[in-house]
Amino acid sequence: MNRTTDERKVVFHASGVTKVYQMGEVKVHALRGIDLDLYSGELVVLLGPSGSGKSTLLNILGGLDTATSGQVSYLGRELTRASEKELTEYRRYHVGFVFQFYNLIPSLTARENVAAVTEIARQPMAPEEALQLVGLGQRLDHFPSQLSGGEQQRIAIARAIAKNPAVLLCDEPTGALDSTTGIVVLEALERVNRELATTTVLITHNAGIAAMADRVIHLADGAIAEIYINAVKQPARELSW
Amino acid sequence: MRALDIKVWRELWAMRGQALAIAAVIVSGVTTMVMFLSTYDSLLHTRETYYRDYRFGEVFASLKRAPDQLIHRIKEISGIERVKTRVVAAANIDIPGFNEPVIGRLISLPDEGEALLNQLYLRRGRFIEPYQDDEVMVSETFADAHGMQPGDSLYVIIKGKRKALTIVGIVLSPEYVYQIAPGAFFPDYKHYGVMWMGGTALASAYEMEGAFNDVSLTLTPDGSLGTVLDALDDLLAPYGGFGAYPREDQFSHRFLSVEMRQLRTMATVFPLIFVGVAAFLLNVVLHRLINTQRDQIAILKAFGYSNTAVGLHYVKLVVLIVFLGVLLGVVLGVYWGRELSLIYMDFYRFPYLHYLLRPVVVITASAVTLLAAISGTLLAVRQAVAMSPAEAMRPESPTIYRATFLERIGLQRFFTQPTKMILRHIERRPLKSLFSVIGIALAGGIMMVGNFQEDAINYMVDVQFSQSKRDDLSVRFIDPTSRRALHELQVMEGVRHVEPYRTVPVRMRFEHRTYRTGLEGIEPDGELVRVLDSRLQPIFLPAEGVVLTDYLATLLGVMPGDMLTLEVLEEHRPVLQVPVVALSKQYLGVWGYMRLDALNRLMREGETISGAYLAVDSNIRQQLYGELKEIPRVANTVVTKSAVQSFYDTMAETVLFFSFIANMLGATIAVGVVYNTARIALSERGRELASLRVLGFTHGEVGYILLGELALLTLVAIPLGFLVGEGLCAFLASQFKTELYRVPLVLERDTYANAAMVVLLSAGASGAVIWRKLGRLDLVGVLKTRE
Repeated sequence: MNRTTDERKVVFHASGVTKVYQMGEVKVHALRGIDLDLYSGELVVLLGPSGSGKSTLLNILGGLDTATSGQVSYLGRELTRASEKELTEYRRYHVGFVFQFYNLIPSLTARENVAAVTEIARQPMAPEEALQLVGLGQRLDHFPSQLSGGEQQRIAIARAIAKNPAVLLCDEPTGALDSTTGIVVLEALERVNRELATTTVLITHNAGIAAMADRVIHLADGAIAEIYINAVKQPARELSW
Repeated sequence: MRALDIKVWRELWAMRGQALAIAAVIVSGVTTMVMFLSTYDSLLHTRETYYRDYRFGEVFASLKRAPDQLIHRIKEISGIERVKTRVVAAANIDIPGFNEPVIGRLISLPDEGEALLNQLYLRRGRFIEPYQDDEVMVSETFADAHGMQPGDSLYVIIKGKRKALTIVGIVLSPEYVYQIAPGAFFPDYKHYGVMWMGGTALASAYEMEGAFNDVSLTLTPDGSLGTVLDALDDLLAPYGGFGAYPREDQFSHRFLSVEMRQLRTMATVFPLIFVGVAAFLLNVVLHRLINTQRDQIAILKAFGYSNTAVGLHYVKLVVLIVFLGVLLGVVLGVYWGRELSLIYMDFYRFPYLHYLLRPVVVITASAVTLLAAISGTLLAVRQAVAMSPAEAMRPESPTIYRATFLERIGLQRFFTQPTKMILRHIERRPLKSLFSVIGIALAGGIMMVGNFQEDAINYMVDVQFSQSKRDDLSVRFIDPTSRRALHELQVMEGVRHVEPYRTVPVRMRFEHRTYRTGLEGIEPDGELVRVLDSRLQPIFLPAEGVVLTDYLATLLGVMPGDMLTLEVLEEHRPVLQVPVVALSKQYLGVWGYMRLDALNRLMREGETISGAYLAVDSNIRQQLYGELKEIPRVANTVVTKSAVQSFYDTMAETVLFFSFIANMLGATIAVGVVYNTARIALSERGRELASLRVLGFTHGEVGYILLGELALLTLVAIPLGFLVGEGLCAFLASQFKTELYRVPLVLERDTYANAAMVVLLSAGASGAVIWRKLGRLDLVGVLKTRE
């Protein structure tokens, strides 16, 4: 993994992105001009304290929110001007989401939770294959209520990657888990990134996780404070916090 | 204001849609209850006042003829307070410009002063001047049917003599609240009129000078009804008495009482359903609503609020909603109660209306609703506060689901994941789903009740007038006469077919039960009058024995094969024994039927008939009416079809009112159930659905999961609603069985279709609102918050 980032394909291109929320009578500047490129296949950790704007950025990249000004493009397509319908389609075919609280459908089994997404995708992998990838090939027919938090989160990852998305967006995926379980989840993400070469953006306020990234983007007060490349990526298994 | 109270108002505002839907259901319940019960109370009160103020008699008797002096002997009967003797005469009426046959009932008034009993309420014009022999007062219904005003004139034909009279007054009488011609089934105000003349004038026209043929009287407070009836019967028997009867058998009063009884049934059943449904909904909806506030309750408790304070907080919220509903319900109930009472007042021609709203009605309605609401609330709150705050604030562990029955039997490969979600969600909470289904089903059922009345009436009329009595006209002779009189009718131009009949007034007796009615002798294979069996097939009357209307047999407790005792109430008043041979299906009236020749034999008379049924060519009907009037022995002619029409006209307004109310309230309930079910489902599953939206599900696909479930519940509820409707209608039909009519359980396809359609529309409208809300799901929030 010693390629320089410049040789690789740009998946996301953001320039001058700002986001202003109107909170009652107060304007909150969540993002104050972000310029950023994300490259195909890289694992990026967005690091920052709460309120730094990392979630807002992720939401805009994921087509859940739109920028107040500036431009965001995905593989050359403008996201900033996309309609609601286009954004839904974008999420449906190109983005995989992993949430802090898993957000599995409680009435569907592990396999069915994944199938719910593969049924509407274009070139999905088999749900079983996706679950195999996160190490849950044995628990296909369990309902969320029968699984631990770490297992639920891994199903969520399987669900996110089963559609073969171009990009995987994870919002504090280990936030609700203890560190041992968290590491298992991170290992799953690492494996997906490695084997499927899915561009992965991982939000965390936990600096300990940053070591597993190709690049770390540090946000503070809605602006990029620092970007650095990990010369040596640490395997998730060796992380600790 | 305390913070918690502010929270009550804020939350009430935030959930205003749901609160309104709940309030609307309460409004329907309370409105119906107040409307029906106040109408019933008002009518009862008005009737009693009317009877008292206008001195309605308590005992009545008619006879052939007795000298005026007999009144002294009647007065000697112990237990009698007031006695009034009169002359009552049947007459044909000629109204200038109206060619159809009109029958009149002429009643004598004292020449001077007011009548002691059965006084008249003067609507327009004036009373008859003393000893004026060319003045008449007519009942308002009759006057209105013909657009008559004081000053107009009409002609009466009494004993073949034509007499011109001037209408001086238009009146109402407590004795003729219901005016139905003898032998008819419905009021027909165009063809039957009650009118009053001066005593001397009527007696001289009817050849009744110095005599009377009708008595009414009232009893002293300690007077014994039975003794008075017997004494009066004995006294009048030598003068051709037809048997004395108490007020409860007085025709108008009896009809009115039956209607009142039905109204009371409606007044009990309808509100019971509505308040019941409202209470049930309140309970369920509030329970679920409070479940969605679980974390808030935990936070309040964490702050140190006691369980009681938390409970009280939610009770306040609920009481506000209930209060809004009850207030609006009472206002609407009073408004509609007045409207309905006025419709009835107009229908019955009461001179005035004493609208009566008993406080107990309002209190009961409020108490029932409040109780249901508060119990639902407290139950839910209790569950919520039972948890420790820390536990309640933790994310709820995923609800436990399992594969549904349909999947376990191997159908799972036919279902997409969203469909599985729908099925599993329903199966996961079967009770909750069942409640929604029941609520919607009740809404549908109520609407069917609204239209049932019309279906039943149509069916009754069809059976009675298309299948059983199929004549165009019936002619009645002044006295029973020889069968030869038929020829006179048969040869008239335009008369296609004639069938004779003989009617005999009888008191039927079986064991200790008696019933006063008529026995009709008809041709065994007649085309115009057919006696029908329970499958509505014509019965060929056997050579001997009597066929009874099934309901009459029930009243008498008699079965085919039993011997029935007949006390004939005319002429020589023989007492006869006759076997019951069959029962006939008849929805209107109760009657006994025999073969004409058998009845003649039984009565030991020759070929005697009372009148005839006619089938005539419609194009020369008008001409025929004129000719029939010229036949001296014809007492009167009844136009059967016009009676049906007039019945429809009278009923139209009430029927419409009922179906309007039922449909509106049914729709309210449907909306209340569906909207609340959907709204709560949305708040319970908003997060799940938003997650799916984030994963790329479209608005439509997410809508399918939520609304698909509702659609499924609604579709299941519709046939169930049909069953509920049929059950309710069957119950009402069972309550509406009287000697005057029996309401058949008949429901037309349109009634089902209407109920289904209103339910679907209500569900659709609720669905549309939820659909819009689904479009505003908070996708960003779902990533961060856990519940």
